[in-house]
Amino acid sequence: MTGPSDDQQKRTAVRRQAWGVGVAVGAYGLGFGALAVANGFTVLQAMALSSLVFTGASQFALIGVVGAGGAAASGVLAALVVGARNAFYGLRLAPLLDVRGGRRLLAAQLTLDESTAVSISQPSSMLARTGFWTTGIAVFVCWNIATIAGALAVDQVSDPRVIGLDAAVGAAFLALLWPQLTTRTARAVAGGSAILALALTPLIPPGLPVLAAAAIGLAFAWPEDAHPGRNDRPEVGDE
Amino acid sequence: MSELWWAIGALAIGGFALKASGYFVPEWVLEQPRVTRIALLTPVALLAALTAVQIFGQGQSLVVDARVAGLVFAVGALLLRAPFLVVVVGAAVVAALVRLIAG
Repeated sequence: MTGPSDDQQKRTAVRRQAWGVGVAVGAYGLGFGALAVANGFTVLQAMALSSLVFTGASQFALIGVVGAGGAAASGVLAALVVGARNAFYGLRLAPLLDVRGGRRLLAAQLTLDESTAVSISQPSSMLARTGFWTTGIAVFVCWNIATIAGALAVDQVSDPRVIGLDAAVGAAFLALLWPQLTTRTARAVAGGSAILALALTPLIPPGLPVLAAAAIGLAFAWPEDAHPGRNDRPEVGDE
Repeated sequence: MSELWWAIGALAIGGFALKASGYFVPEWVLEQPRVTRIALLTPVALLAALTAVQIFGQGQSLVVDARVAGLVFAVGALLLRAPFLVVVVGAAVVAALVRLIAG
């Protein structure tokens, strides 16, 4: 038997977990704010990205392409490819959350790796809803505060290269990629696209080699008998 | 308005459309095995390409400089399961030190 106080206790535990996730994600936000400014974005633009776009890996993709001298449009395209997995999260969350109207749009904006992961790992749909909303709000708050802090800190630095921030951007991409390299297919795609992007760098304008390398991912994913990078659907928590 | 602001606006709209599509698009569209494989593997390709270009690229030329030392540190730190901030800050510190020593 589960009484109301028992439910209350479980919800408190989920809320605590959600805020723990939020604080942990703050570390990425600090890195994002710092690297955005190092790559030529203003503090205000970094803040706009974190509040309006609010998808970590996509934001990193945009600042990476633009920072490397690529066209802003190439950066947007790369960022959208990286953010495509959010569509699959919404698909899985829709029946759990059962939201309508304006709340559905709010849920869409809070749909990310972390809120999905906490939500779908709960034993009941009531706790799944608590997990989703609390994690989404906690990550939003922590991610945006950390972005401002990181951006303001680097805004004081005249040459980001002196403190190695150009190397930090590469390290950040690698850290985002690392948890996805669990299968041989994923590793082959990663190696192949890195080599292709470098080979194309002297030949075509900045930004385009990265997009061309995405074709390697398409080529591996297209055949009917291909087995995917990890499971038969995108995993949660890849960021 | 600068080009970057247009990019931010376009990404905000496009990114939101992707997030919302899961709540509105019929399930069978996203359940195609090919669609799920593409969603899984193209980010891997992009992130690997971004890493490579960020470390070795300089405009349209390829160079080996202090950034490579930062990358080596990052690989080591990731193998040791270090947290994100340690990987990123450590890579910056290593690259900065190499630049300081090399003058």
